[in-house]
Amino acid sequence: MLGYTITQWTFGILSFLAIMFALMVVFSRNPVNSVLYLVLTFFCIAGHYLLLNAQFLAVVHIAVYAGAIMVLFLFVIMLMNLNQDTEPQKTALSKLIAGVIGGLLLIVLVGALKGTEQLQLTQYGHSDIGLVKNLGTVLFREYLFPFEIVSILLLSALVGAIMIGKKEIK
Amino acid sequence: MLIEFIIYKSIICVAIFALSLGIAAYSTWWERKFAGLLQDRWGPSRAGKWGLLQPLADGGKMLFKEEIIPSVSNKVLFVLAPGLFIVTAIIAGVLIPWAKPVMIGDSIYPIQIADVNVGVIFLLSVGSVGVYGIMIGGWASNNKYSLLSAIRSSAQMISYELAMGISLIALIITAGGTLSFAEIVAAQDAGFANVVWQPLGFLIFFVCALAETNRAPFDLAECETELIGGYHTEYSAFKLGLFLFAEYINMFVSSAVMAGFYFGGYNFPFANELYTALGLQEGHWLISLIGFGAYFTKTLIFISVFMWIRWTIPRFRYDQLMNLGWKTLLPLSLLNLLITVIVEYFRGNINF
Amino acid sequence: MQLTNRSKVVSNKEQSFAEKIYLPAIISGMATTFSHLFKKRPTIMYPEVKKEYAPVYRGQHVLKRDENGAERCTSCGMCAVACPAEAITMESGERKKGEEHLYREEKYAKKYEINMLRCIFCGLCEEACPKEAIFLTDKIVDAEFERDTFIYGKDKLVEKIDKRIDVTKRQTPEVLEFKKRVGLRHNELNKTIEKKH
Repeated sequence: MLGYTITQWTFGILSFLAIMFALMVVFSRNPVNSVLYLVLTFFCIAGHYLLLNAQFLAVVHIAVYAGAIMVLFLFVIMLMNLNQDTEPQKTALSKLIAGVIGGLLLIVLVGALKGTEQLQLTQYGHSDIGLVKNLGTVLFREYLFPFEIVSILLLSALVGAIMIGKKEIK
Repeated sequence: MLIEFIIYKSIICVAIFALSLGIAAYSTWWERKFAGLLQDRWGPSRAGKWGLLQPLADGGKMLFKEEIIPSVSNKVLFVLAPGLFIVTAIIAGVLIPWAKPVMIGDSIYPIQIADVNVGVIFLLSVGSVGVYGIMIGGWASNNKYSLLSAIRSSAQMISYELAMGISLIALIITAGGTLSFAEIVAAQDAGFANVVWQPLGFLIFFVCALAETNRAPFDLAECETELIGGYHTEYSAFKLGLFLFAEYINMFVSSAVMAGFYFGGYNFPFANELYTALGLQEGHWLISLIGFGAYFTKTLIFISVFMWIRWTIPRFRYDQLMNLGWKTLLPLSLLNLLITVIVEYFRGNINF
Repeated sequence: MQLTNRSKVVSNKEQSFAEKIYLPAIISGMATTFSHLFKKRPTIMYPEVKKEYAPVYRGQHVLKRDENGAERCTSCGMCAVACPAEAITMESGERKKGEEHLYREEKYAKKYEINMLRCIFCGLCEEACPKEAIFLTDKIVDAEFERDTFIYGKDKLVEKIDKRIDVTKRQTPEVLEFKKRVGLRHNELNKTIEKKH
């Protein structure tokens, strides 16, 4: 079809959807709608992972981001009961400043991405690296130390969250 | 070849889809019947013999009721939510290997829609996405009770998913380190079912499955006494029907998952002896049929146990629910993981 | 202040380990419900099987005719007097010549009404009747949409000639004997009426 393979078509459609939903996250007025669009974006990104043959990452992405984190987001937003009436009105000045900053960020990003054309991607090992077995082997053999460091970091964040959440320390 | 593959996949998809819906419909009948029998009543007995046409009558009632969409609701999400809920419920059924593969000619046909090699995590993620149906429905209703129910439900899901996931890790270690549902079931072919090595893990998984499917004693999300109908207070007609239906599909799928993970699925004691006595070759369709019968029976037993529990145990209070999830089941599942690793080390199944 | 011995002192003692892990209690509870699967069920499958009424069930009233088909009621008003709910009203009339086949006594009830909304189906009218004319049957009063349709006149109360209602079960000799007892209020009233005449 038009000289593209099915994979390329899928990639194109998924990318289009991901960008569209990401834009909808920003443009929708209702925070709950924003969160739901963000969930859809995550699904599209999980689709990208699948295209890269990283099934484990794709499923974990859905389970953790769509299934847990966004549920908590939604949870909080629903509790706050935000709607258009309570949304603070921005002044024209703050809108202008936001526009300028956003534009600058865009220029920086475009400039950074311009250089990537020359970048040669190294094919890492074989294409089955995303499967659970291979990923686990790499993670627990070659990258065991960083992995453990990350887990300690997460643990300390967890403890910190509980300490903040506690009303008073006895 | 491709045509054959497509035909085979569509047949099996339609068959399992129909099976899920049929079981869900007749679960409603069996729930009422079983409840009646447990309470010294007869249960439904008017529509057809033993009330067997009751699900049809219920479906007809749901279809012909007046459809009400509250004027203050978020209409798109309000309509979307029941569909989302039932879709996520049905998707989980994709993974279940119902029987041993059938051999026709030279090609092997597994009785399973998709053998995902990360099946266990896929199952968990589908389960966690399933809560969106309830959350969106509860929020879009624009009703305080529904909102409370949605929040309860999501908190409950997140809390119990942890213990469920950790108990599944222990199961994966016992099953030989595979995440594929088909392989976990096939590994129980010889020897004992996983429940023999994972009694505590099974218990934790069972309790979590009750919580994840929003069944009593953890059905706080639709607690009538406190929240009227919970997230489906504002729903009527077939949207309500879809919500109720999805609950039964969830129950069916989690029963099948438990039967497959912990009770050997299509394997049963002395199965291989039986097959040799009947003179059946590997891949014969009769083996698959018998295996399917065994798996199906186990699933039905689990569904009945779900109902039996519902009509025995009173509903938990919200703080009790959270205490049980975080302070009991989570440490227990970690302990179970530790014990599993030690036991499997001495059985020689893992080496460092 | 202790009024009864039934009060129970609530103990706040620590739960034992078996109680804490819930499981024994849950299993025993499940066993209880399971045992109910095999219990006898008290359900009566209604339209096919009907519950048997007691022979003295007190339902809708009937005004009996005698064996010739004449109305027994003589409009004495004893039932109305006995009625605690004041549901019965009547109007007397005098029997004309040629009406002997219609009314047994010389005086008869031209109008006889029972308000079924007031009636409490106590059966005192039946007890009071000196002519064995009014009886309660096992028929249940029908539901209606209007209040005034609950006032039953003679058209509904008097038994049809071709559809006689059997009350022999309620009219046993013991009952007849009991009704003659002196202590009963309607018998006292009967006496005073007889004295006046």
